[in-house]
Amino acid sequence: MTSQIVRPYGDTTGDGRVQVSFTLPVPFGTGTERARAEGAALQLAAKMGLDSAMVVHAKGMGPDYTFFVVYGRASHLVDLSQVTVTEREFPLLSAAEVNLAIRTALGRKLVVVGACIGTDAHTVGIDAILNVKGHAGEKGLEYYREIRVVNLGSQVAVPDLVARAQAEGADAVLVSQVVTQRDAHIQGARELAAAFAAASPARPLLVIGGPRYDPSMAASLGVDKIFGKGTTPGEVASYLAYALASAPRGGSRGSSPSASTVAETPEDGR
Amino acid sequence: MQTRLNLDPAIVREARELAARAGQPIVEMASTHTTVSVERAVLRLAGLAGADNDGMPWVNHLVDSVRQTAGLEHGVALPAWDALITGGYTDLAALAEGAALGKVQFRVPSGEDAAAARAAAQAALRTGIARIDANRVRRGQMIDQTTEPRKPWIYLIVATGDIYEDIPQAQAAAREGADVIAVIRSTGQSLLDYVPEGATREGYAGTYATQENFRLMRAALDETSRELGRYVRLTNYASGLCMPEIAALAGLERLDMMLNDCMYGIIFRDINPRRTFIDQRFARQIHARAGIIINTGEDNYLTTADAVDAAHTVVVSQLLNEFFGKEAGLADVQLGLGHAFEINPAVPDSFLLELAHAQLVRELFPDAPLKYMPPTKHMTGNVFAGYLLDAFFNLCGVMTGQSILLIGMMTEGIHTPFLSDRDLALENVRYVRNAAGRLGESFVPAPGGFIEQRAKHVLSESVGLLRRICDDGLLNAIADGTFGITRRPADGGRGLDGVIERADGYFNPASEFLENGAGG
Repeated sequence: MTSQIVRPYGDTTGDGRVQVSFTLPVPFGTGTERARAEGAALQLAAKMGLDSAMVVHAKGMGPDYTFFVVYGRASHLVDLSQVTVTEREFPLLSAAEVNLAIRTALGRKLVVVGACIGTDAHTVGIDAILNVKGHAGEKGLEYYREIRVVNLGSQVAVPDLVARAQAEGADAVLVSQVVTQRDAHIQGARELAAAFAAASPARPLLVIGGPRYDPSMAASLGVDKIFGKGTTPGEVASYLAYALASAPRGGSRGSSPSASTVAETPEDGR
Repeated sequence: MQTRLNLDPAIVREARELAARAGQPIVEMASTHTTVSVERAVLRLAGLAGADNDGMPWVNHLVDSVRQTAGLEHGVALPAWDALITGGYTDLAALAEGAALGKVQFRVPSGEDAAAARAAAQAALRTGIARIDANRVRRGQMIDQTTEPRKPWIYLIVATGDIYEDIPQAQAAAREGADVIAVIRSTGQSLLDYVPEGATREGYAGTYATQENFRLMRAALDETSRELGRYVRLTNYASGLCMPEIAALAGLERLDMMLNDCMYGIIFRDINPRRTFIDQRFARQIHARAGIIINTGEDNYLTTADAVDAAHTVVVSQLLNEFFGKEAGLADVQLGLGHAFEINPAVPDSFLLELAHAQLVRELFPDAPLKYMPPTKHMTGNVFAGYLLDAFFNLCGVMTGQSILLIGMMTEGIHTPFLSDRDLALENVRYVRNAAGRLGESFVPAPGGFIEQRAKHVLSESVGLLRRICDDGLLNAIADGTFGITRRPADGGRGLDGVIERADGYFNPASEFLENGAGG
């Protein structure tokens, strides 16, 4: 193995030069204030590991804040052998790729039924994933031509959700739970899994999401996948395409697809 | 205004006539139906505010209760004021409290009882309408005492979720040059079938629109307007299930501009089309009275559809928004029609295409305060490239005489803007305005050239689409995915259960003021 140690590159190998910009809550009015502000920026730069830092731009923003652009030499080394990459078990696909995968594998639209169950009236999460409006600059699942979305809204009783999922021929059921008092989100997920398991052996893919879930708990709760805080619609769509349209379907679905079957291609095609 | 694109006036006229033909059946539907939110707005205009201990507003309790026992086919006013008079309640809040406990049996009064209820309702509405009228006068006075900012107005967004954080941010943004402050709502508020109450300190990626939040922010911006000698406008968002109510609150608290699109809720929030159009008409009647400028949401189509292929859907929607707006009583100067700079920068001649689209809209609506939206779809996270793209957006805006520029952030799609992002964005627009603010007067596209041809092509595509909409009906066109490539059937979506066909003798005391221009 060759050396795995690198440092930032400005215009010469090993020069370590980087540029950062930030704001400090300090005034930039009088001469004294300006000198103090630049000193403050340099102190921060030094603590961030920048040697011989230079404030190349400072500008007061209102009476209380100053914006800085700083160049300096990073004193830290990067050890490439210590870089770990968390591998998503499914590739991130563009909308077009998701549509193509569904069309190819299913030959029809993929049906998704979404709801907030129990007493939870917080549809923010499920709407961010399902509505065309979307979330974090990504369009929701309704935007995907090959996905048919049935959004049941809030406070849906689990038996109603099971019945509707069956009536719609749902390939996947998405449930979002925000309310977590007395572990309502955990109980809700268990109730959901049990109801679908009791209803039919060929249950749809069960996907739950919410800020308080631990994504590693899927198997113990009896669902296929858990998405945590900050999930975007594209991630959910990619997962659905991976789980439902990348392999032949059939039979009952006891656990999530094996993480080892798909090579990771992060940010592919975006 | 002289045309620089040599548009054929006959084609422009035809486009307007087609939009009117497409919209007329919708107006008829809206004139023969009401909704729970329209009726709640009537109560809000009559002064009923507040909520129960769980935060459910009294207007919801009262309307639901009237609906259950007497029906809403005659409107909420006759049964409500009849019960108020005959039940000896001190005010509407006391009546609503009783109704919430199931203690009130409402009826549709007749004869002298009906006349008494009618008169009492009208008197109550007169107070609310007078307050809206006074606010309109007050806005004029404030502008006289300060100054009217020159166009394009610089429109900036604040959205912390906490109204008490929003206020200093909004004041800071105004001091840095913002002419219009928009307080983005909490994600999903458009889907709530009630308006939250009071000052709010938590929201998801935005701050709830409430009457108290409106009041607090307007008062703060009045203070800043006086300090700066420049009137700073306040914007919020009416679209959603509570469009009429939020419009009423905006009028009561002197907001200046409101997002109010005729189709946004349908396309992007899956709100039922009938509900949306009925709510929209009443909401716009209130805006018209309040002197509020509406902003429409055509920019959103281009975030889902391709900005070149779907350019004509923007024009079609603008023509429909204009027709519905004017029918509801809005003047040209209140029609902040929206469009956006969203063409993929990798497309050859993309800036020429943007100029063609922006100039086309300017010439089609010469007196409208057009609202021009910055790039979002092709902001990639490369903040340096994004800053350049925003500069081109600003340049296109000043060259084509856009009226309201929503200021683009180089960090669009990454995070809610840092203080420095906003400052850099303002520096960008200030530079462009100083350097090229008068370029528009010299901008005359070559006759028969690329820009003129592109604009004419988009206009002819718009006429073609309008003809199809006239043949199919607007509701069917929406169901077929004409706008924002999203299909929305007329009987689907949220809120249809809140739509009620009016009976003969339907009475809405607000409409008497809003439709006939009667004094408050």
